[in-house]
Amino acid sequence: MSTAPLVAFSGISKTFGGVHAVENVSLDLNPGEVLGLLGHNGAGKSTLIKILSGVYPPDAGEIRLSGSPVNIRSTRDAKALGIETIYQNLALSENLDSVANLFLGREITNRFGFMDDEAMEEASRTSLDRMKLRLPSLSKLVASLSGGQRQAVAIARAVHFNARVLIMDEPTAALGPEETAKVGALIRELASQGLGIILISHDIHDVFDLADRLAVMRHGKVVGTTRTADVSKDEEIGRGHV
Amino acid sequence: MAVATVRPRSFSDNIAQAAGLDARLLAMLGILVLIWLGFDFLTSGIFLTARNLFNLSLQVSVVGIMACGMVLVIVARQIDLSVGSQLGFIGVFGALLQTEILPIADPNTWWLACIAMIVVGTIIGVVQGVLVAYAGIPSFVVTLGGLLFFRNAAYQINEGRTISPLNETFQLLGGGINGSIGATWSWVFGIAAIAGVVLVVLRGRQRRRGHGVAQRTPLTDAITIGVWSALIIAFVMTMNAYQQPKTGIAMGIPIPVLILIGVALAMSVIAKKHRFGRHVFAMGGSPESAELAGIDTRLLTVKVLALMGFLCGLASIVITARLNAGASATGTMTELNVIAAAVIGGTSLAGGIGTIYGGILGALIMQSLESGMILMGVPTPMQKMVLAVVLVLAVWIDMAYRRRQAT
Repeated sequence: MSTAPLVAFSGISKTFGGVHAVENVSLDLNPGEVLGLLGHNGAGKSTLIKILSGVYPPDAGEIRLSGSPVNIRSTRDAKALGIETIYQNLALSENLDSVANLFLGREITNRFGFMDDEAMEEASRTSLDRMKLRLPSLSKLVASLSGGQRQAVAIARAVHFNARVLIMDEPTAALGPEETAKVGALIRELASQGLGIILISHDIHDVFDLADRLAVMRHGKVVGTTRTADVSKDEEIGRGHV
Repeated sequence: MAVATVRPRSFSDNIAQAAGLDARLLAMLGILVLIWLGFDFLTSGIFLTARNLFNLSLQVSVVGIMACGMVLVIVARQIDLSVGSQLGFIGVFGALLQTEILPIADPNTWWLACIAMIVVGTIIGVVQGVLVAYAGIPSFVVTLGGLLFFRNAAYQINEGRTISPLNETFQLLGGGINGSIGATWSWVFGIAAIAGVVLVVLRGRQRRRGHGVAQRTPLTDAITIGVWSALIIAFVMTMNAYQQPKTGIAMGIPIPVLILIGVALAMSVIAKKHRFGRHVFAMGGSPESAELAGIDTRLLTVKVLALMGFLCGLASIVITARLNAGASATGTMTELNVIAAAVIGGTSLAGGIGTIYGGILGALIMQSLESGMILMGVPTPMQKMVLAVVLVLAVWIDMAYRRRQAT
């Protein structure tokens, strides 16, 4: 590649109590690319992602964003850099409505901190419309939404604030076939807008059709990367990576 | 997944939405009205006299002020058991300040003492908050320590004496004989309040139009203004109907009640319209999600407990002024009344759910029961037993209601 990758991990390591959760990982993500990060539970994929999203600081190694080294010390730092994460449990507050969740931590306020509810509602609707996401009512508590609707809120929240990198942990694991297809289309749409997307999964079937490239982790190391166009699903499984 | 059925809006929905209220609140108001009518019947008309309602409003102000803070504390998944002891300690501190440090008759003494008391309360809250949020000690333990510490500190700093009398201007803040604003100012207040309601309704319409957000029906808005205006007028008339015993001059709204109204409004706005309140509810609903959304949950916890301390300082001013004395035992067991008020008002101990108006209504229900039983001559132990049963029943009913809502 002539241009610098969107995200470049180099030599990232992280240990917990002497166990190497992530060991000397180097991995790139390009703009507009959907990268599937595969591995069993405990393979280190979640830890790697939490380092990028600011939950854990790395013990060693460097992260570059579009070529420049960055120091991500908190989830707030990551968000400020345009790195958004959608966790498997979606990290939504069920006792708040969709608008409140969409803007949580980034409310539209005046300079005294008082919120402009109408402006936030309007912006939420615009954002959801642009992604062709539909919710019955924005003022319903998230607790009363379906799995796919919650996913929509989580995705809208992630991309509303000009995300460059979107990390999704098991994005379709809890969804039915119809909603899975919708989320899949949305992921392709976001990638075509130039976002870099990392899909985390322990099941190759969940991500093979969506991803441009697969990276497989085992025991904290990246043990292989392949372009999905070059292989078949069965081949990748056959090579024992998953 | 449950699919919400859309049903046409009924007239009662309009009323509920009008007052910005939910069905729970209407139910609580209904219960309050039943309690009042019941006691009025049982006391042969003594309960619903201007005199009794005046005293009731005065008595509810201290617990009400603190309940506003306790709602947010419990919503944030914390608890503050030290509020009763804080009340006593800050009161003794404020009384000592007036009698031994500041010149007692000086015109500046009252407000200097007030600021000092509020500052002390806030500092207590900050210290407890830091211990909870940064040292990671559960708030139950920290504030249980606070309960013991500040109660006994209240005895220690004044060697058990009751300090009295206090500065005369300061005494007015307790709502004594002269501590009300009189008939004229009460009407001024009432009219200003109605104007405020109208303004809020009209601004709401304007904002929703500006952003293309669904509009409320004009009927709903008219009912809003009507209901609130009626309540405000009834309140002012009741307070004005109570007269000073000797002179026959109308009392009007007591200053502590004005303080409570101010606190309730400010806290409701903070809880619903300010980023701080939004974050407190988010943290109470799911601390992990709030953290991942970039909210500094530790700092937020400190702020919540600091706000509780601030309100304890304010409540302490009211109670100390009303008693015209700094006494070490003031506020003993009040923490339980405050927590009960919040819980009866629908605040969930699991966090994330609660309303300021609920807390105040809870305080009003408790105080009404207590006051009514006193008028009936029910022995004190029996009063407390009844309150205990009501507390447990209220939570049970509330949980059952929520379960029905969830399905």
